[in-house]
Amino acid sequence: MNLFARIGRWFLEGASHVGRLTYFVLEAIRGLGEVRIWWPRMMVEAWNIGAGSLFIVLLISAFAGAVTALQTGYQFTGSIPYYVVGTLVVSSIILELGPVLTALILAGRIGARYAAELGTMRVTEQIDALESLGRSPASHLVIPRVLAGLLMIPALTVLANLSGVLSGWISVKAVLPVTDADFIYGAQYYWRPWDAWYSVIKAFFFAGSITIISCYMGFNTQQGAEGVGRSTTTAVVTSSVLILVLDTVLTRLLLNQ
Amino acid sequence: MIELYGLHKAFGKQVVLDRVDFEVREGETVALLGPSGTGKSVLLKHIIGLIHPDRGTVIVDGKDVNTLKRKELSELRSQIGYVFQNGALFDSMNVFENVRLGITDESKFRDLEYSRQRIAECIRLVNLPPDTIEKYPAQLSGGMRKRVGIARAIAGKPKYLLYDEPTSGLDPVNADIIDGLVQRLDDELGVTSVMVTHDVRGAFRVADRLALLSEGSIVMQGTPQEFLDSKHPKVREFLERDFDNPSFAA
Repeated sequence: MNLFARIGRWFLEGASHVGRLTYFVLEAIRGLGEVRIWWPRMMVEAWNIGAGSLFIVLLISAFAGAVTALQTGYQFTGSIPYYVVGTLVVSSIILELGPVLTALILAGRIGARYAAELGTMRVTEQIDALESLGRSPASHLVIPRVLAGLLMIPALTVLANLSGVLSGWISVKAVLPVTDADFIYGAQYYWRPWDAWYSVIKAFFFAGSITIISCYMGFNTQQGAEGVGRSTTTAVVTSSVLILVLDTVLTRLLLNQ
Repeated sequence: MIELYGLHKAFGKQVVLDRVDFEVREGETVALLGPSGTGKSVLLKHIIGLIHPDRGTVIVDGKDVNTLKRKELSELRSQIGYVFQNGALFDSMNVFENVRLGITDESKFRDLEYSRQRIAECIRLVNLPPDTIEKYPAQLSGGMRKRVGIARAIAGKPKYLLYDEPTSGLDPVNADIIDGLVQRLDDELGVTSVMVTHDVRGAFRVADRLALLSEGSIVMQGTPQEFLDSKHPKVREFLERDFDNPSFAA
């Protein structure tokens, strides 16, 4: 196949995905009226995401906070006031590491699970069975997962931020002669409440990309076990890339001053 | 009544159904025969609107399935019970919850007492022990899963029943049990049924009328006797295996 034909095919496949994804999202929005169906399922999913991911999210953000603090200590030569370390740790964690690391972990954990679950349901005709019973797969399967993600991923991000900052605070005291007062002063000196909102807004967009992409990939699974594997991998890779793209776009839009 | 006219469906370049005309009259049980991969299941999914044709018309109960609005299609589907090839039971739900989803009338679905009674009745109709309702699909054998699938399909008291390979993958004893069950349900519930199968023996036992689908087209429709008398080479080729089978002759 020549290069132009290949590019043409990629373009058509991409356009087809965009069209189907739009239709998929519209179907989900249409199903929002069936609160009685999706509410209890959403609560179960929210619990699964929250309780199941809390430990790994706290652990990784704690390490991220510690490493940020240790590297800051390594680069400090004494010419910069020590309180700046508080600024660096808090800003790095809240603006970037907390939301992005949490999202990437959950893209692997939640995204893979959703794509595999729904993909298996597709290839074993469970989704067809729901439709044949006159029930909406969107309100039974998609809305609970997406809303649970939109609710829990920002909440986990807030906890990840706290864990990262606390761990950074403890770690920096091990490598630099920084007092608690210095750290708090630095953290507050450049602090703007908008930074916390920015972190949560980013987490909200990341949650949307993880849940919608993974549900979409699962729903469009084809060809048995191999198809489920392919959907799962594609869901994780696509949502991870989308997280990084959104991170750049949102930083440009929300911190553009 | 189920009517399909000029049905054409292709997946990419592969034509699966080519100008298929097919009718099922009220109260009738029709077996749609054909080798694996000839589009039998695809045809069945057109009837319930799970697949849309490239060309042609599907009419169920006087309604054109492909022009129905979402709510109308949902209402029509509530009158059709669909038995999937491998049961298509929801893994995360036990048998009770699976069968309850088949109660398509929302007010009855929400009435827990009605649901309990109806589920117990359906479980009894498909000859499963009452304690099956507490089990999960993973705890059931293939034959039991198929029977739960049938129980779910009949839970909403449908007017039509569509069976997709109800005996595939089963040993002869379990296949006989399912065939007997299909026959009994058709008699007791008075539903209109379409059974997709490549099991000639079961089809002859259950159906009022047969249709043979081959290479995307219906090559013959008729009563079991007309099939036996047919000289059509594809009909002969398809039936011959089972003519040589002593159990079929019996």
